[in-house]
Amino acid sequence: MPSEPMPSDPTPTEPMPSAPTGLAVEMRGIYKSFDTTSVLRDVGFEVAKGEVHALAGGNGAGKSTLMKILQGVYTADQGEILIDGQPVTHSSIFEAKAAGIGMVFQEFSLIPTLTVAQNIYLGHEPLRGGRFINDREARRLAGEVFKIMEVDIDPGAVLGDLSTAYWQLTEIAKALAQNAQVLIMDEPTASLAKHETESLFQLVERLKAQGISIVYISHRMDEVYRIADRITILRDGRRLFTKRLTEVTPAQIVEGIVGKAVEGGLEYKKRARADSPTALLEVRNLQSGTRVNDVSFTLHEGEILGLAGLMGSGRTELARVLFGIDPLDSGEVLVRGTKVDLSSPRDASEHGIVLVPEDRRRQGLVLDHSVRDNLLLPVLGKLKRGPFVSDRAGRSLADQLIERFQVKVANPGRPVRLLSGGNQQKVVIAKWLGTDPDVLIMDEPTAGVDIGTKSEILETIRRLADTGKGVIVISSELPELLAVSDRVLVLRGGAIDSQLERTDIPNEESLQLAVQGV
Amino acid sequence: MTNQTATPPTTTTHAAPPRSNPLQGLDWRRYVIYIGFVVVFLIFAVTLGGQGFLTGGNLLNIVRQTATVTVIAVGMTFVIAAAQIDLSVGATAGLASVVTAMTIANYGVILGIVAGLLTGLVVGSINGGLVAFLKIPSFLVTLGMLGIAAGVAQWITASAPQPILSDAYNKVFGSGDLGPIPGLVVWMVISVVVGAVVLAKTRFGRQVLATGGNPDAARFTGVNTRSITFRVLLISALLASLAGMLYAGQLQSGRYQWGTGDELSAIAAVILGGTSLFGGSGTVVGTVFGALLIGLINNGLILAGLDTSQQQVVRGAIIILAVALARRK
Ligand SMILES: Nc1ncnc2c1ncn2[C@@H]1O[C@H](COP(=O)(O)OP(=O)(O)OP(=O)(O)O)[C@@H](O)[C@H]1O
Ligand SMILES: [Mg+2]
Repeated sequence: MPSEPMPSDPTPTEPMPSAPTGLAVEMRGIYKSFDTTSVLRDVGFEVAKGEVHALAGGNGAGKSTLMKILQGVYTADQGEILIDGQPVTHSSIFEAKAAGIGMVFQEFSLIPTLTVAQNIYLGHEPLRGGRFINDREARRLAGEVFKIMEVDIDPGAVLGDLSTAYWQLTEIAKALAQNAQVLIMDEPTASLAKHETESLFQLVERLKAQGISIVYISHRMDEVYRIADRITILRDGRRLFTKRLTEVTPAQIVEGIVGKAVEGGLEYKKRARADSPTALLEVRNLQSGTRVNDVSFTLHEGEILGLAGLMGSGRTELARVLFGIDPLDSGEVLVRGTKVDLSSPRDASEHGIVLVPEDRRRQGLVLDHSVRDNLLLPVLGKLKRGPFVSDRAGRSLADQLIERFQVKVANPGRPVRLLSGGNQQKVVIAKWLGTDPDVLIMDEPTAGVDIGTKSEILETIRRLADTGKGVIVISSELPELLAVSDRVLVLRGGAIDSQLERTDIPNEESLQLAVQGV
Repeated sequence: MTNQTATPPTTTTHAAPPRSNPLQGLDWRRYVIYIGFVVVFLIFAVTLGGQGFLTGGNLLNIVRQTATVTVIAVGMTFVIAAAQIDLSVGATAGLASVVTAMTIANYGVILGIVAGLLTGLVVGSINGGLVAFLKIPSFLVTLGMLGIAAGVAQWITASAPQPILSDAYNKVFGSGDLGPIPGLVVWMVISVVVGAVVLAKTRFGRQVLATGGNPDAARFTGVNTRSITFRVLLISALLASLAGMLYAGQLQSGRYQWGTGDELSAIAAVILGGTSLFGGSGTVVGTVFGALLIGLINNGLILAGLDTSQQQVVRGAIIILAVALARRK
């Protein structure tokens, strides 16, 4: 007699469907609060051997915290952790590392004053005679790790001299060099360009084939579908579900993360534009160091200009010159037709030009100051009452900004350092928008923000442009550039390689080809 | 969604990896202390050659006069590299000198040496404990400790010098020579060599730099930053007490005034030597040259016949100039 089909799967959060290989990691009933705010509530999480497991959720949902508990940075208030079936009570990173767990941290665990190789081997340096550090050997080994990653970085370079993408690659190399059995990657691609991301994915596949388990935290849906086998979604510190990616649609995932359906903020929307708009910012033959070569372009009122290019193509450097951080060697900049002198960020912001910098931790925030103080820093002048800063006005302005950008923070008086990565990014953006600038330059504005917020930010950019402001958006994420830009400048080797009207770009692939110059 | 059209893995299209460009490769700022040392030396050699600047005796004198401060500055290098500060070293040296002298007088040389080092151990543990575990800023803790150590030293001696009558002690700790080399210099060389190797070549040293460079990142990497903070302050106090014992041996007595103000000379030597005041980078060898440069300047200005007030002005100006040249852009 033919057997009846089994009733389909009982609960969505049922632990691993009978994997023959067993579980590499199992976390049960994890609770964690900081002071009085509860961050994780009864969270379970399991990763099979040789599995790529995506962990998703909104900013502040508790993803990084959960993984830091697994890595031994934080201790859970309650709950059990099993690694390879063995219960562990690791209360330190040493024990977690010894148990074979490695982590690519979202906040970067790197020391700016040390070299790339010294960072990668910090704490497990190759030794000579059992006692003395062998830095040359460390450089050689680091070079090999980079070869496997297919990237080209000088292991002897001092990290503080390198840009964010190199930090990210170093952070990944650092975790790889530990030969972990379980590798946690907390938004490893947040500041990588497409081809670096692609090499990383190929690497992930090779690691997986070796039976290594990977936990992959990302806000990018395409990446999750590209490499993950299963996905766990956290919302407000609880597990919503764990499912195979073959059984769940992107819309379901997005809805799970955001809590409601998100309609097309991430798609291109044609905006009404004036036929002959006035020029807001004119850049003529700009030259600065070796990284900005003879750049000329015009930004009009109400226009969103996308800057595309590979890592090192001069996008960030151009932004820095326009914001008065780096000096211009020759060329001129005009704001509304008058030539302006941009020798400091203060000059730039007085002329209505502001920059949302690429690296929030190093450039965007005073990490130990409160969320409120960070938000108010650029507008202190406006809050003056006589010689003093008005506290009341400050509080209410800060509250407005927090509300408008939905920064998840229990108390605006707490240090911004304690916010989740995506929420820190929101603070940086909110801080500059509080100044009501004419020209807004944003370098990787959505790095690390969740899908809901990303569509908010893109929507905000459009709204700003609709009120006549000019926005320059730098992004390595081409879909994002395509979603907002009216025009795209492609940079290569510090010079403008091509200028494309958005309506002339048929799809992402063709922009990708333009960026790579093939 | 899943069907990402595979972009060909472009292996070598990376634009301009940050290979240090040839100009950066010659980062002369890192070597400014050595350049400065040579320049000042040459200037004095030419202008003060007639006053006996270049005689072996005078040069050895410069080294001898900076030896004690160098010992303190080696410890200070660890403290500053870890992004802390220790203002109590001078007072600790004074306290160690009187404790050693008084213990020798009553209980003999061996116990005297033990007591001197114990002084450093106690001071360092208190400093380190308060900073590392109670998270009180080291500036405040060691400023307070400066007062306490100086006060205790003055109090237990009733401000009187404590003569040391043991020839053996005095010979070993500062007055004697090892062949042609003054004993003081031997102590200095030992602390410098050990300190340089530990900071540059051991995991502990690397973790000190990591803690100073970015404490959060260091912690995420598994560095026990508290223990590192505790240990650098302990090392500093131990070396300060050794310096105090050297003062005592050299001058054959313990006095609460020994070492007064040495914290500033030591900090100046460390910063001149290229250690970042904000922590995260530094070398002991640089510190030695920083200390020697200060000694060189002191000596040259005396030979040049400047009076004390003029010496202070010139010395201050040279130090500011050197640090200004050495600062990273
Ligand atoms: N050390 C801490 N002290 C206090 N609160 C903290 C601390 N670390 C995290 N939090 C809070 O815990 C919550 C969860 O943070 P977590 O970093 O885990 O979020 P996340 O899911 O990784 O978010 P994102 O996508 O933005 O990285 C946030 O609201 C954050 O403010
Ligand atoms: Mg996070």
